[in-house]
Amino acid sequence: MELVLALGIGILTASGVWLILRPRTFQVILGLSLISYAVNMFIYAMGRLKVDAPPIVGSGAVEASRYDDPLPQALVLTAIVISFAMTALLLVVLLASRGITGTDHVDGDDGE
Amino acid sequence: MLIATSSVTLWFVLLLPFLGSLVVAGLPTRSRDAAALLAGAVAFAGTVFMAALYPRVADGTILQAGVSWLPSLGLNIVLRLDGLTWIFAMLVLAIGFLVVVYARYYMSPRDPVPRFFSFLLAFMGSMLALVLSGNLVQMAFFWELTSLTSFLLIGYWHQNESARSAARMALIVTAAGGLCLLVGVLLIGKIVGSYDLDTVLASGDRIRASSLYLPALILILIGAFTKSAQFPFHFWLPHAMAAPTPVSAYLHSATMVKAGVFLLIRLWPVLAGSDAWYLIVTSVGLITLILGAWAAIFQQDLKGLLAYSTISHLGIITLLLGIGSPLAAVAAIFHTVNHATFKASLFMAAGIIDHEAGTRDLRKLSGLYRFMPVTATLAMVAAAAMAGVPLLNGFLSKEMLLAEALEDTNETFLDQALPYLVTVGLIFSVLYSVRFIHQSFFGPPATKLERRPHEAPHWMRLPIEILVLACVVIGIFPAVTIGPFLDVAVRAALGGGAPEYSLAIWHGFSKPLLLSVIALVLGTAAYLVFARSLNAADAVPLLGRLRGRRMFDAVLSVLVSGTRWLEDWLGTRRLQPQLRLMVLVACAVALLPFLRHGYAPGTAPRTLIDPGFALIWLIGSACAVAGAWQAKYHRLAAVVLVSGTGLASCIGFVWLSAPDLALTQLLVETVTTVLLLLGLRWLPKRLPDNWPGKRTPASVVLRRGSDLAIAVAAGGGVAALAYAMMTRPLPDAISRFFLERSYAEGGGRNVVNVILVDFRAFDTLGEITVLAIVALTVFSLLRRFRPARESVRDPEQQRLQDAFDEAHAGRAPGDTVSDYLVVPRVILEWVFPFIVVIALYLFLRGHDLPGGGFAAGVAMSIALILQYMAAGTRSVEARLRVRPTDWIAGGLLIAAATGAGALLFDHPFLTSWFRYLEVPLVGKTPLATALLFDLGVFLLVVGATALILIAIAHQSIRRPVRPLRGGDETGVEKR
Repeated sequence: MELVLALGIGILTASGVWLILRPRTFQVILGLSLISYAVNMFIYAMGRLKVDAPPIVGSGAVEASRYDDPLPQALVLTAIVISFAMTALLLVVLLASRGITGTDHVDGDDGE
Repeated sequence: MLIATSSVTLWFVLLLPFLGSLVVAGLPTRSRDAAALLAGAVAFAGTVFMAALYPRVADGTILQAGVSWLPSLGLNIVLRLDGLTWIFAMLVLAIGFLVVVYARYYMSPRDPVPRFFSFLLAFMGSMLALVLSGNLVQMAFFWELTSLTSFLLIGYWHQNESARSAARMALIVTAAGGLCLLVGVLLIGKIVGSYDLDTVLASGDRIRASSLYLPALILILIGAFTKSAQFPFHFWLPHAMAAPTPVSAYLHSATMVKAGVFLLIRLWPVLAGSDAWYLIVTSVGLITLILGAWAAIFQQDLKGLLAYSTISHLGIITLLLGIGSPLAAVAAIFHTVNHATFKASLFMAAGIIDHEAGTRDLRKLSGLYRFMPVTATLAMVAAAAMAGVPLLNGFLSKEMLLAEALEDTNETFLDQALPYLVTVGLIFSVLYSVRFIHQSFFGPPATKLERRPHEAPHWMRLPIEILVLACVVIGIFPAVTIGPFLDVAVRAALGGGAPEYSLAIWHGFSKPLLLSVIALVLGTAAYLVFARSLNAADAVPLLGRLRGRRMFDAVLSVLVSGTRWLEDWLGTRRLQPQLRLMVLVACAVALLPFLRHGYAPGTAPRTLIDPGFALIWLIGSACAVAGAWQAKYHRLAAVVLVSGTGLASCIGFVWLSAPDLALTQLLVETVTTVLLLLGLRWLPKRLPDNWPGKRTPASVVLRRGSDLAIAVAAGGGVAALAYAMMTRPLPDAISRFFLERSYAEGGGRNVVNVILVDFRAFDTLGEITVLAIVALTVFSLLRRFRPARESVRDPEQQRLQDAFDEAHAGRAPGDTVSDYLVVPRVILEWVFPFIVVIALYLFLRGHDLPGGGFAAGVAMSIALILQYMAAGTRSVEARLRVRPTDWIAGGLLIAAATGAGALLFDHPFLTSWFRYLEVPLVGKTPLATALLFDLGVFLLVVGATALILIAIAHQSIRRPVRPLRGGDETGVEKR
């Protein structure tokens, strides 16, 4: 599982990095989305992988090793919501830039 | 009890000017009298309270008051009052009061006077805080604050170009010096291990023995010299005369320029006593004394003369401190007080002359004595004090200076030459004092004046009268007037070992007296000989080339052009090179530890590979690669593919025991996709081939190749890092704490949710605030949104449908699309209450089971946006009034109020409370304030998400605005 997940994170990162280096704004937005998936997964994986051990505890004494690490989960949960906000903000900025400059090049200028 | 009341008084005296400054700033622009009255009352009250504190410090007690700020870093706000600070504080407050009285009559009613008094009070507070600082970092802070208020006051007449450039120059010089001071202070803190003044003052030997002593000394001296206008930083002070005269009298002669001297006196027991101190401070003081006095002789502007004379007198004080003997330090403190009294009164007199005669040019002034005998007499006495005439206070400190100069301190050439050089400086000083008086008050009546001068109003003269009276009284009865105060100050400054000295007018025939007489005689004689030629002087002889201003401008322009060059050379405004560089640097930095320590996967037991999991990630990865491939020409396909990746990661979360993440990811994925689809409408059509009929240029191929390499390197690196990390055992970190306390102390079984709304609620509060800000930013950016020219028209499909509707009788435009959507619309309208119920369910169970405010909020906003999609914006808004901003505001308020509620019960912000209640039928139910906090999160997330989506959706129904670059499209109003 670890190997699969690591490869997946790597492929997502590579696709995202390729996209953010592209000249068109929409490519950059999608690239950032892909990088967010990869980074969220990466942070989550820092709590190590456990199957069938969601951090939902009983009411008695708690044996911590039986549960998945809740801390990276809490971090990633808010990161997911914030990455939506970031995508929205970026989209609007890029749309406005497209309206003002007449091009969807990231520098507002086709250059070529 | 005594200590408590005096610390209250200290705080009161300190805060009063700042409060006064705020209040005065709020007064109407024309209310000159109210502003002056308030400022005067503040200064007077401060003077009275500070005077009342004298008995507490008279016996050598040090009053302290303070609050802990960052005790772990040694940063506390400490107010510290001893004899030395008392004298400086009294100077600041009492002269401040006199200046306020004077300024009331000096300032023109046409100026925005409240602003002036507001700045003046702010300065008074900063200066007071500076001298009262019991912590060196705090002192450096208020030091800069005085520079800032001085900048505002010099630039008060900002319509005047010279005032603006003088203000800027003063700020740059003194603030740069302040920065040096801060670094010097930090070095001292490093040596001593504390910034507390008492600790520092007790560690003199340790500081002088340290290897950091010299750098610290030089940095602190640069700070002091810039502030006190010492050579070579003196040039800003004459330019600062562009300020209104009360400011010159207050800041630039009596108080602010004394800050540097104050610092030197304050740190004298710690820093003085080394060769470096003696050489630097004495020679800088001496050069400043002579240069300043020499330049003052040739000034034609009254204030210019006084400014250079101030520089010269500050040089005297610095020189005295440099000599390093305790007696010299006594003389330095004494001269600081004396100079403040006579120089402030001279500035005020110069202001009166300017006011009445309409000019400050010495060549135009003459014979003013007959028009303003009182002012003339006062100015004469003050100028005599400046020249060092017996029976006035200036004489006494000058005698002490000469005695110290004659003293054999060491064997250096500097020490041997000192008496002669000082006498030369004093001769100059007599010369310009005589010139000041004779040129303006004596001789034939002036002929070139614009108006007939007369005596100033009595209240305007009163401050001068008080100060001159002080000069005379101190001059005649030094031992009974200033004596005790000076004694207390000296003991506080020198730390116990105060020397024996005598404050008497007559010490018998002595060498200092002889030198004094020589200076007086030669100075007067020189004026008699050179008076005419001095009036013809346009520039300062010998120093013409050494113009500080020119050097300052040169340095500044080199700095500016150097920065430009660096920016051109190293900077780029193009995004792609920036991102490329960023990714490369990140890769390189991440690689470093592997290069040093090698790479090896961990030894922890692996989780067994599940084929299903592998398949899902294969699909997810394929989607990502395909999305990257298609993002340029097939945006819709790319959006769908990227969502596919999102779903894969969502399933990954479920698989790996993170149901909360999966839920949130799924919901957010939905809204993100809707968002991107809404955005697609405004993007340009992309033609598949940039280089039709030609081969792709080699440079483009190369760039793509290198980008691909960077992407593969980044991806490979992250994969390797993730693998190495995941295969190592998890150290026992804080997660155990959260798991064990979640139910016992947070009242929730879902640990992730308890972390979010209870343990780390403060983070969540910050996070939802960010979300709210982003939503509002999106909203306001879109209010001014102008689509590109070719995107203004309706999409092709919509045009076709509308054309069909118009061509057929009985159909209104838009009917076709609503016919198409009739089945989805009915379904979605029916589904609406169910989604709302699901959202509420997710919200309520969040504390114990996967769900919570974030997930519920996004689900709720999906319910809303689905209605928009199915029925169209207009028809939804006709039936349902969604006010997302209210949801945002409500959510933020509830979350913050829940947190603040804990304060009512004496718990820290955001402490939660919970109980188990026995509810009939339902059984044991947890009841936690964290649920209330989560409600705030829920409302805010609904509001923010809905606001963003609705704002973008609204663009399609807006009446198209005029396209930015002309164009022939006619706007068609849409459904």
